[in-house]
Amino acid sequence: MVNPVGIAQLAILLFVFIMLLSSAAGMVYMERKVAARIQQRMGPTLVGPYGLLQPLADIIKLAMKEDLRPKAADPILFALAPIISAACAFTAFAVVPFGAETTFFGLLDRPVPLQVADVNVAILWVFAVTSMGVYGIVLAGWSSNSKYSLLGALRSSAQMISYELSYGMALAAVLVLAGTMSVRGIVEAQSGGFLDVSRWFLWLQPVGFFIFMTAGVAETNRAPFDFPEAEQELVAGYHTEYSSMSFAMFFLAEYINMVTVSAIATSLYLGGWNGPFLPDWLGWMWFLAKVGFLLFFYVWMRWTLPRYRYDQLMAFGWKFLLPLSVVNLLATAAGVLYFAV
Amino acid sequence: MPFNLILFYAFAAIAVGTTLLVVVQSNPVYSVLLLIGSFIGLAGLYVLLDAPFVAVIQIIVYAGAIMVLFLFVVMLLNAPREEIVQSGVLESGGTRAIGGLLAVAFAAELAWALTRSRTLAMTPAGGQPSFTVPQIGQRLFQEYAFAFEATSILILVAMVGAITLAGRHLAEKGRGHG
Repeated sequence: MVNPVGIAQLAILLFVFIMLLSSAAGMVYMERKVAARIQQRMGPTLVGPYGLLQPLADIIKLAMKEDLRPKAADPILFALAPIISAACAFTAFAVVPFGAETTFFGLLDRPVPLQVADVNVAILWVFAVTSMGVYGIVLAGWSSNSKYSLLGALRSSAQMISYELSYGMALAAVLVLAGTMSVRGIVEAQSGGFLDVSRWFLWLQPVGFFIFMTAGVAETNRAPFDFPEAEQELVAGYHTEYSSMSFAMFFLAEYINMVTVSAIATSLYLGGWNGPFLPDWLGWMWFLAKVGFLLFFYVWMRWTLPRYRYDQLMAFGWKFLLPLSVVNLLATAAGVLYFAV
Repeated sequence: MPFNLILFYAFAAIAVGTTLLVVVQSNPVYSVLLLIGSFIGLAGLYVLLDAPFVAVIQIIVYAGAIMVLFLFVVMLLNAPREEIVQSGVLESGGTRAIGGLLAVAFAAELAWALTRSRTLAMTPAGGQPSFTVPQIGQRLFQEYAFAFEATSILILVAMVGAITLAGRHLAEKGRGHG
C-alpha cells in the first residue's frame, strides 16, 4: 500500500537532511567570503567561479587526511563524541517549519506541513536536544585525554549550561504570547496584520529576541563567545585532538547549530514564512531570506566583536542576561493577562 | 506486526539492554552514558504511550540536566574502573542471604505491580484523552499546588544545605592557608 502523503513526508525529511548538509557547506563559503571582505581581502577565488567550489575542495581535503587518535584516548568515546554532536545538530531542526501547508500543486489529496515533525511540545524538544548536545563536547574533551581538550570542554559545557537558562526563559516568553508550543502554531499566530509584518513577535519581544540571539550565540560557541576554541589559550578547545572526518563532524555540527538557532529565531520572532508581497506558497523564500540574514549577522559579528574574557562571559550570563530574561518573562505574562492578547 | 509494536520492542530493548550494561560493565563513565541511553529508551516508550510532554521532560531533566552532573562528578573525580572483588566480605554467606532476600522481595513487588497494572489498563479506549500541556499545568498549579510547592521548598532546602556544607569546607580551607 503506497501512501502519497507518507512519501511526501519522507521526501521532506530527506530534503531537510540534504539542505542542512549543504547549508553547512554554503556557510563555510559565506564565512570565508564575508571574513575576507571585512578584512579587505578577496577570499577564495581559485576553485570554480568566484571560488564557489571551495567548500567541495575543503571537504575533499578533510576526507583525504589521516584520522588520528591519541594513544591515551578512550577509543569508543573518542569515536562517539562527534557523532553525538552532529546527530543532535540535525535532530533539533526536525520541529522547524519552513513553509505553509501545501499539497504540492494538487499532487496530494490533503495538505502536508513543510517540516519534519509538527509536535505539540516542539519548543521543549528544541530545548531537550540542545541539552543533549553538551554531551558530544564534554565526551570529546574527556576522551581525548589532553588538557587543552578537557579545559575547552569544561568551559564549553559551563557556558552552554549557563546560557541554556536564559535561552529557555526567552522561549517561555514567546510561548506565553502564542499560547502554543508547536513552532507551526507560533508562526501562524504571527500571520496577518500590516503587510504580514506587524504581528511578528519581534515587535512585542524585542528584549526576548536580544536574549535569544545572545544565548543562541553562546550556545553555538561562536564569537564573541567562542571560549571553548580560544586559540591563544586552548589551541582549539575540545576538538584539539580531532582530525579528518571526525573533526569535520564537529565543524558540521557547529554550522548546523547556527542554522538551527537562526531558523528558530526566524520562526519565533521574525514571523517564519510570513512576509509581504509573496503568495503563501512562496513563503519559504521569506523563510530562507530571514535565516540567511541571521546567518550573515553571525559571521558579521564574529569579525567585528573581540572575544570576551571568560569571567566576563559568566558574569554577563548569570548577573545580567538571566535576571533580564526573568523580568522579560514576567512582564510578558503580565501583559498577556492585562491586555488578554 | 504493527509499526507501533516494533517501535515498542525497539525502545524496550534499548531501555532494558542499556540498563543491564550500566550494572555489568566496570567503567563509570560508560555507566553514566548507558544510563542516558536507558532514559532515552524510556522517553521513546512515553511517546508511544501518547505522553510526549513526559517524554521531553524526561530527556531535559534526567538525560540532560541530572546526568550532566553525574558525568561531571565521575569525570572530574577521575573515578577508577571497578575491579571485580575475588573474595572477602562481599562474598560471605550473610550478604548473599540479604541479597537473595531483597531479590525475592523485589520480584514479588514486580509481580504484584504487573498483575495490578493489567486491571488499570482496562480503561475504555478513547475515553480519557491523553494529557495536554495546559491540562498538566492546571493540575500542577491548582489541584496539586500544595504538593508542588512543598516539593520545590524541599529541593530548595537541599540546595541551601549543600551550599552551606561546601561553604564551610571552603572557609576552613581558607583559614588553613592563613
